[in-house]
Amino acid sequence: MLSLIVTIPFFSSLLIGLIYLSNTETKRNTLYTIFGVGSIFLTTLLSLFTLAESLGGAPTLHETLFNWITLGEFKINLAFMADHLSVVMISFITFIGLLIHIYAAGYMKDEEGYGKFFAYFNLFMGSMLLLVLADNPIIMFVGWELVGLSSYLLIGFYHQNSDNIKAANKAFLLNRVGDFGFIMALAILFVSLEWTGFTYDAIAANIDILDHQTLTLVGILLFVGAMGKSAQIPLYVWLPDAMAGPTPVSALIHAATMVTAGVYMVARFSFIYELIPNVGLFIAYVGAVSALFAAIIASFQSDIKKILAYSTMSQLGYMFIAVGLGAYSSGIFHVFTHAFFKALLFMGAGAVIIAMHHEQDIFKMGGLKKHLKLVFITMFIATLAISGLPPFAGFFSKDAIIVAAFNSEHYALWAMATLTAGLTAFYMFRMLFSVFYAKAKEQKELHSLTRSMTYPLVVLAFGATFSGFLGVSEVYGGSDIFGTFLSLGDLKITLPHSTEYMIAAFNVSLATIGMIIAYKMFAQEAKEANTKNILIKIAVEKFYIDEIYEFLILKPLLLLSRFIANVIDPKLFDGFINTLVWIYLSLAKLFLKLQNGNVRSYAFYIITGVSAMSLFLIFKLGVVL
Amino acid sequence: MSPDLFFLLASILFSMGLVGIISRKNLFVIYMSIELMLSSINLILATLSRVLGDGGPSVIALLLVGVIAAEAALFLAIIVHLYRESKTLDADRYNDLSEVS
Repeated sequence: MLSLIVTIPFFSSLLIGLIYLSNTETKRNTLYTIFGVGSIFLTTLLSLFTLAESLGGAPTLHETLFNWITLGEFKINLAFMADHLSVVMISFITFIGLLIHIYAAGYMKDEEGYGKFFAYFNLFMGSMLLLVLADNPIIMFVGWELVGLSSYLLIGFYHQNSDNIKAANKAFLLNRVGDFGFIMALAILFVSLEWTGFTYDAIAANIDILDHQTLTLVGILLFVGAMGKSAQIPLYVWLPDAMAGPTPVSALIHAATMVTAGVYMVARFSFIYELIPNVGLFIAYVGAVSALFAAIIASFQSDIKKILAYSTMSQLGYMFIAVGLGAYSSGIFHVFTHAFFKALLFMGAGAVIIAMHHEQDIFKMGGLKKHLKLVFITMFIATLAISGLPPFAGFFSKDAIIVAAFNSEHYALWAMATLTAGLTAFYMFRMLFSVFYAKAKEQKELHSLTRSMTYPLVVLAFGATFSGFLGVSEVYGGSDIFGTFLSLGDLKITLPHSTEYMIAAFNVSLATIGMIIAYKMFAQEAKEANTKNILIKIAVEKFYIDEIYEFLILKPLLLLSRFIANVIDPKLFDGFINTLVWIYLSLAKLFLKLQNGNVRSYAFYIITGVSAMSLFLIFKLGVVL
Repeated sequence: MSPDLFFLLASILFSMGLVGIISRKNLFVIYMSIELMLSSINLILATLSRVLGDGGPSVIALLLVGVIAAEAALFLAIIVHLYRESKTLDADRYNDLSEVS
């Protein structure tokens, strides 16, 4: 069954691709929709069935599809494993993926490459499921790369515009930097484990072979991979640019699923990170700084999708705080709830963008509350959820993370997380109020929205409201069903309940303050931030990080490349080879003189040769006549 | 008379022929040098026949005279043909085998 979950999307992707390529002109949207959405529907059913089985107490599922590589005794199988972590991941990935597929069927209906889009989209789903269900790190890496590939294809979907191609390349290259760390970590792990097996179970069982230094190295390198895929400082710059893709892509890949692969990986390798708490702390700090940094940038953006992109990065930062501090189930729980409300936000934003005829600047919108009622209500719920206001989903997951941060006694982490929580409320409500409340600048006829675009919003809104209740910690009278089910090696929270209540109250009040400030500033009349103030200007320009990267990395690299291309290559290497060629040529010219066509000369050569042979016979071999 | 003198004469004739082939340009002189070399070989054969008291080498020498006659006819025909082609007997002008143009 697990292999079916993975292979169905791949198969349908292939099928759609072939049908699409057979004739790219004909519109066969219905067919593509049936295959594209149908396959995901099937996998969703299968995944939920697996979840039900797991909930019923079934042991960890293992399934081998075929043997991929055999090296003597050592085998790498294309095998799948579904423990509780994987089951949870596939359940919400397929479920949200299905909703986004349905939404995409509406969003993309006028696009030319409809079939191509669904082929890519299914390819992505298959890759993501492969990544999550993999039984060993090598198969996970295959999924990891395929996910990167489909992300690249989808970001560059509107390939007529060269900016989008640039964004796609940027995402691909920055992911490659991360992948380098990942594959190095795998290589070190592989060598150090001395052929004791390379499935997760085997690695976890034999992890004691590695000494502390090797483990630390592996942990850091793995996290470099996670940084790339999950858009953390310093490898985050691709994520905002990735918004060049169609909005369903942003919703699926750059919010709900792919970017969480890094978090999943850290949780998957929790058995390593448990042994190296220092690296975990480093991860948590990177996460916290990313969260705060992204939140600050998001507060000054005016593109609706960019705001959401930075917000995604910020929320991913939260997840890394959690998994870094060893609160794995809180991290995964935030992945889970975040998937609901972030997908909802992106899909709502997509609906707004379609309705506004592809306008993305929030300050050019306004007053949409009346016209897009359903979108407004669902997005309002999502905004409440992401801001961490009870009883919406975000409250419980975010609160668990902030409590974990406080519990770790690294109060800087806690302070950054809390501050980010306040900022989150501010920038999210800033967006919401600017789009839906503020006075409309110009009244345009709104583009109509299909039902397939609005109904998924409702389903997700339910998710964003209620999914939090799955993980209510005991402090609030729940029993943390989610965390218990995951049964990862979590750190115990040792704080008294009163402290936890205070932390939560503090968060909620900060979020409320952020919301009120946003209301004051943007609800009546939304204006762009004043760029005369130097600090604000820096924030609006995203701290000039892109420019700094360009100056520090791109420029020297280009200079070096030019130097090599213009000096070293032609002068040194070509020069060496040209000298050799020159020597051969001169020798050839010398010998050419001998072949002058003059028969007399040839006779002379023959005589010289005969004489030499005669002399050899007489003096060397002693032949006497 | 000692056969050594005959061998010496034959060697001298042969060497003269060699030098002629290498150093002279005129096709006729080259041809004559070749004839000279062949004649010296004939002389050696005849001398050997006499020294060994055996008729074999003499027979070969006589056959060789026949071959030389045939060769002379062929060579002269070629020289005449070459002269008609390019109006010269200078061997250095016939350098079609050269790679250098």
